[in-house]
This record gives sequence, C-alpha cells and structure tokens, in this order.
Amino acid sequence: MQKFSAFELFKQGLNGQAGWKPQWRSPEPKAAYDAVIIGGGGHGLGAAYYLAKQHGMRNIAVLEKGWLGGGNTGRNTTIIRSNYLFDESAGLYDHSVKLWEGLSQELNYNVMFSQRGVMMLAHTVHDVQVFKRHVHANRANGVDNEWLSPEEAKAYCPPLNISDNMRYPVLGAALQRRGGTARHDAVAWGYARAADDLGVDIIENCEVTGIRRNAAGAVEAVETTKGLIRTPKIGVSAAGHTSVVLGMAGVRLPLESYPLQALVSEPIKPVFPCVVMSNTIHAYISQSDKGELVIGAGTDIYTSYTQRGGLHISQHTLEAICELFPAFRRMRMLRNWGGIVDVTPDRSPIVAKTPVPGLYVNCGWGTGGFKATPGAAHTLAWTIAKDEPHPINAPFTIERFRDGHLIDEAAAAAVAH
Amino acid sequence: MLLITCPHCGPRPELEFVHGGEAHIARPTQPEALNAEEWTEYLYMRANPKGLHAERWRHLHGCARFFNALRDTTTDQFVVTYKTGEARPDLKGPAA
Ligand SMILES: Cc1cc2nc3c(=O)[nH]c(=O)nc-3n(C[C@H](O)[C@H](O)[C@H](O)COP(=O)(O)OP(=O)(O)OC[C@H]3O[C@@H](n4cnc5c(N)ncnc54)[C@H](O)[C@@H]3O)c2cc1C
Ligand SMILES: [Zn+2]
Repeated sequence: MQKFSAFELFKQGLNGQAGWKPQWRSPEPKAAYDAVIIGGGGHGLGAAYYLAKQHGMRNIAVLEKGWLGGGNTGRNTTIIRSNYLFDESAGLYDHSVKLWEGLSQELNYNVMFSQRGVMMLAHTVHDVQVFKRHVHANRANGVDNEWLSPEEAKAYCPPLNISDNMRYPVLGAALQRRGGTARHDAVAWGYARAADDLGVDIIENCEVTGIRRNAAGAVEAVETTKGLIRTPKIGVSAAGHTSVVLGMAGVRLPLESYPLQALVSEPIKPVFPCVVMSNTIHAYISQSDKGELVIGAGTDIYTSYTQRGGLHISQHTLEAICELFPAFRRMRMLRNWGGIVDVTPDRSPIVAKTPVPGLYVNCGWGTGGFKATPGAAHTLAWTIAKDEPHPINAPFTIERFRDGHLIDEAAAAAVAH
Repeated sequence: MLLITCPHCGPRPELEFVHGGEAHIARPTQPEALNAEEWTEYLYMRANPKGLHAERWRHLHGCARFFNALRDTTTDQFVVTYKTGEARPDLKGPAA
C-alpha cells in the first residue's frame, strides 16, 4: 500500500502528483471465500477490515451492488455522539467514539474526525427533564455530557437565536464536547483501502440476489449478479435493504425502511462552529469543511425504497432552521437527497447472530448509524469470526424483542442521529 | 407531496394523512393463548417489502377514518386504496 505522509505528498509533488495509484484493486469474485460481507458501506467495509486485521480472516470479500459508500454512508449528515440514555447504548456508541479518535492513524487515511461538540436543544419542559436525565445517566457511564443554559448555548454557538418569542424557544441544551463530525466518504474509502491491503476482495456492481442453505439449514453460498459464490459465513450490512436480503434466507426482522432526507447549502465562509440538533422540531445542522451548511431532516412518514422523500419534509426542517438561525434565512440550498434507513421498534440496532447458522446481521441503525461505523464494524467482525457476540454487542440481538429486553432509546426520546 | 385517494373523500394531498403501518395484522382474538414467538410476530415483525405493500392510512385531517392501500415502495405509486375490512385486492406487484 502506498502510505500517505507529508513526505510522500512532497515527493509526488515533484512529479506533478501523477504517481498515485488506485487505492484498492477491482478484482473479479473468486468461486469461494471463508466469509462474505453483503454491503459496501462504512459498516461492511469496516467489518471486512477488522476480520482481516484482528481475526486473521483474509480470504474474504465485500459485495456491493452499487459503488462503495453509495448508500447511507455517503448520504448522511455525519453527526457523531455517544450520549445515549441506556447502559447498553452508552457502551456501544462510546466504543465507537473511542475508535473514531484513533481511526485516521489506524487507517493511515484522514477521516477528518472533528470533535467540535454536539449540542442538542431543549424546547419544552419535557425536553429539559429528559436531557438532564441523559446528562446524569451519561456521567454515571463515564460519557461526557453537560447541561447549558440558553446563554451558555449561545456562547458556544453564536448564530443561535435564543429570544423567547419563538414558536419553540431554546430553554437550554445538552452538550457533548467529544461529539462532532467526520468525512463520510473518507470512512468508506479508508476502510476499503486498508482492507484491500490485507487481501480482502472488494467487489462493486455485484448485487446479492439469493442466499443458498444446505440440508442442515446453514448458509453455503450467495447468488449474485456476478455468479455463485460459496461461503460458510455471511455478514449482512445492507442498511435499508436488510429485510430484503435476510428475506432471501427466510429470516423475518422487526424492521421498517423509511426515507430520510438531507440537504446542503451553497458554500460560505466559516460561520458555524459546532453541530446543533433539535429532535423536537427536526433540525440538524453543521458546516462542512467545504463551507456548505449540512442540514438533516426527520424521516418521511411512510416506508419506501425510493431514496427521495417529500419536499414538504425538507421545507419543515428549513422553517425550523430559519427560526433557530435567522442569519441563514437568505441562504440558497444546492442539493437535497434521501437515503433509506432501517428502523427498529426501540430505535436501537441489531448486531447479532440470526436463527440461520453462518448468517450474521448488522442492521436497524436507522437514522443514526454513521456515528457507530467503527464500533458496529468491530463488533460485527468479532461476532462473525467467533460465532458469538462481543460483550459490547451482546444485548443487541433479534431475540430481545421476544424476551422483552428492549433497549428503548425511542422512548428515551433522544432518538434521531 | 403525494396525492392520496381516500375511499371516502377522494383525492387529497398527503399532508391530510398519517401512515398507519402494515395492514392486515389482525389483533389476536385470544391474546392469552399466544406464546412469546407469536407475540413477537404480531407486535414487531414486519414484511417491509421492496415492491407492493399493503398498508394502513388514516385521513386524519379529513374524514378521520382508517383505510388500506396497496402502494409500490419502489416508486411510491398508490396502486389502489380500499376500505378497512375489505380483503387485499389480488394484484401482482412489479418484480421486487
Ligand atoms: C439523510 C441521512 C442522514 C443521516 N444522518 C446521520 C447522522 O448525522 N449521524 C449518524 O450517526 N447517522 C446518520 N444517518 C444514518 C447513517 O447514514 C447510517 O446508519 C449508516 O451510514 C449505515 O451504514 P451502513 O454501512 O450500514 O449502510 P450503507 O452505507 O447504506 O451501506 C449498505 C450498502 O449495502 C448495499 N446493498 C444493499 N443490498 C445489497 C445487495 N442485495 N447486494 C449487495 N449490496 C447491497 C447498498 O448498496 C449499500 O451501499 C443518516 C442517514 C441518512 C439517510
Ligand atoms: Zn377521508
């Protein structure tokens, strides 16, 4: 692998930057692998990387029906935080934040992780109570989170409107300083490059169309648009398409797929120092290093696979943004788009074995799995390699819905992103 | 925004409606007879198809009544809407 460094950049500069090679190979699939990952988003590519790096499984492949990171990885608003309410969630999401902190070094690839702080606004008495409860619960779990008055919130984020004559005035905020953003594509590309270097075959434009099982019920092969590939282990990391893929093995899941939209403005000079989220009025905003305001909405109301969503949903979010940040009222939006997010009833993910031997699933991340990319990938790889979960993902089973052990971040109300 | 045909009121803009999730999931008539697997199936498991989806809608800001629809989740096109209590129309969906 061609290492990135200041020296290498200088050296290539002498040659007009013409000496850079493709960052990963584009192999044809082999007839068989020791394990196959379905889905070339950050989670799937990361799982392949950790399987090769930490578990010595190098005869493996990632199958992606489109292009790397073309799913939700490349469509999300990149908010990273770990201040979830329940112990199980704090464990999983904070595991991820810790991995983010060392990821650029680990991959020799700048994922542009920026701990600029994530501030979640409270607009009602109920919000205030819920967020304070989160602050206390997080501290008990060793996860940083602090309560800010409206004035302190404004000091942290000067464009914020804290006047009391708004429809939803700002009554305070919860701030996680270790939270922030990262460059979405870089995460997929960084994992792909590092996995490829360890021998992983990354195969784009290869859609899985069927899963074959042997007489004992265990998986034995995947049918793809590039032919049959035999494998004793399959890890599914297909986000919004998980129900479709697991349906190929006859497994039903507690999932529904919804469009989630985002938009970006024209690029402007740095004006916005942190990430601000408002779950109550569905507005999520930060500024990218290119200068665009990156704005996220709430999900559309009906299930869909269209990657579009209704215009009135983005409009609703922009109305909230304009009220919270009046300075942005005359900004022009450049693009908007949707991704398909797989939502569980308790808004917590599933990273687990399935009832089918050799079939593992990582799904249900819904509106908020980008932040968990390294942690999901790491624990999925562990689960596949050892055929049993890591203690961190052990609670995130499918069976929790049968056994009543929900991890109900939905009811805990800090749901989105 | 979609135009949705309420079987009682006719075509109205999406904003008047709320989505009610998968249709034809009957409430158990003998709840005490269900085991844990059957409860899980009833409460949580969903078809979530890529293609034709039978689903409930409610015309909240109109007649306020529930009805059912067959919608193609790959295009969002409503193929047909029908009244609650009627059987799912026997239509073949586009290949999923
Ligand atoms: C608009 C939007 C905003 C969001 N904002 C945030 C945020 O601010 N913070 C946050 O933490 N999360 C956010 N999320 C959620 C986050 O993007 C996802 O949870 C996360 O990226 C999921 O990663 P993944 O690798 O599992 O999925 P993906 O990146 O979607 O990868 C799944 C891949 O599987 C492939 N695939 C599917 N079916 C098949 C098949 N049959 N064969 C082969 N390949 C297949 C797909 O093409 C896709 O590339 C947002 C999502 C959206 C849509
Ligand atoms: Zn009506």
